[in-house]
Amino acid sequence: MNQQTQKRLLGIASLAVVAIIWQIIAEYVVGRSFILPSVTDVAGAFANLLGSGTLLADTLVSLEHFGIGLIAAFLLGVPIGILMGWFRIGDYLLDPIIEILRPIPPLAWIPFAIIWFGLTTQAAGFVIFAGAFFPILTATYSGFRDVPKVFVEAGKVLGCDTSLELIRYVALPAAIPGIASGIRIAMGVGWMCLVAAEMFGVSNYGLGYQLWHNYYLHQMPNVVVYMLILGLTGLIIDRIFRNYVERQLLRWRAGEVA
Amino acid sequence: MSGVTIRNLGKAFPKEDGTMTQALEGVNLDIRDEEFICLVGPSGCGKTTLLRIIAGLETATTGSVIVDGRAVTGPDPKRGMVFQEYSLFPWRRVVDNVAFGLEMRGVGKEERRKTADHYIEMVGLSQFRDAYPYELSGGMRQRVAIARALANDPDVLLMDEPFGALDAQTRNRMQKELLSLWEKTKKTIVFVTHSVDEAVYLSDRIVVLAPRPGTVRESITIPWPRPRDRTSAEFAEVRRRVLRMIDESESAQ
Repeated sequence: MNQQTQKRLLGIASLAVVAIIWQIIAEYVVGRSFILPSVTDVAGAFANLLGSGTLLADTLVSLEHFGIGLIAAFLLGVPIGILMGWFRIGDYLLDPIIEILRPIPPLAWIPFAIIWFGLTTQAAGFVIFAGAFFPILTATYSGFRDVPKVFVEAGKVLGCDTSLELIRYVALPAAIPGIASGIRIAMGVGWMCLVAAEMFGVSNYGLGYQLWHNYYLHQMPNVVVYMLILGLTGLIIDRIFRNYVERQLLRWRAGEVA
Repeated sequence: MSGVTIRNLGKAFPKEDGTMTQALEGVNLDIRDEEFICLVGPSGCGKTTLLRIIAGLETATTGSVIVDGRAVTGPDPKRGMVFQEYSLFPWRRVVDNVAFGLEMRGVGKEERRKTADHYIEMVGLSQFRDAYPYELSGGMRQRVAIARALANDPDVLLMDEPFGALDAQTRNRMQKELLSLWEKTKKTIVFVTHSVDEAVYLSDRIVVLAPRPGTVRESITIPWPRPRDRTSAEFAEVRRRVLRMIDESESAQ
């Protein structure tokens, strides 16, 4: 048996054991589905939800909120990170503002998200943006800060005359691995903000919205279903991004992981 | 004509306590077209600073550097530079590293790759044209760096201890290859090294610098044809002379 198969078999075995223990505790120790739904309760709830047909819509709406927040964080975080990482004046001007805003927990922005955007998709996107922006900004900033001096000087003697050329042809490619891992962290933080972002009812769909909705209805098996879908979707997003980055952008970094 | 004329060159660096360190003072040097010059001297004599000023990566405090009739004011592809550290862009394949300078000049993709291939062949790395730098050994990386500098067709090739990080055998082989490249391309070369052996083996003229403040102490012409025999008596004699000079200026402090 090779190592891969061994790893896979042991992984499945471990999950199976946890499911069995969970089932026993839920059924014979706790005994109330409201406190701790059993595996079979959750499986039944999942089957029902599949039949009722909003799971796909919920996932798509959540991905839309997530996408809005993340794209906005990328579009603002990368350029501001470049300004701060490359130009000293930019750093001096922007650093105090960033340092004051950065420690504010993303969820603390929820009241203003509602006031500024109303109960809209953008409001949910804004909360996710508040979580995803700073990891991208700081990763871009340190990526640009850490560009080896010899690359910059090589660029200069080879004919990069302007800052723009140096940024485009030398600093940005050198910083891409750092920016990519910043985006990965940002996606994790953004996904964690999703449940709260959908909590205040910007739409009648969304994994986070359904989680709260079912809690109010005391449908705890459904809550567990949404918890598991949230976890699984987050995992899949992370895997897809990591594989994409490894294959497409970082061919030149041989085996290093974003 | 691509000679280098250095007149009364001085360079002072600010120190942390507000005073200035005089790194170079009153440096005068004339480098002929197609000449191969080595700069040697004890550490702290400013040989790398001098090279970087010629490259335009540092600005002189006083005096001037004139290359091909024009004063140096900043970096320019007409003065190619090979660094001691590995300076290849790791995100570009060998061919696109070598073509980088041409790309900056706006040369089209087909044409710049053709030129790049020519120089890659010249340094003997044709089968690695599509490799990424991490796939190459240290010696190969420096050969690509040399090809990249040459692809810009510079007037002067500046080399800052380019073989300093290589093992002794690779280093000897690289020296031989550099000489044959020099004979083929007839570039003016200014080469900074710690190794007196390397300087005697390579150069038409060894310029010995003395430290604090860095200045030219002596210029020794080496008229022998190449390839030179490192084990010959005259080779050892010149080596001894240069080493003694470096020793003296070091212990004079």
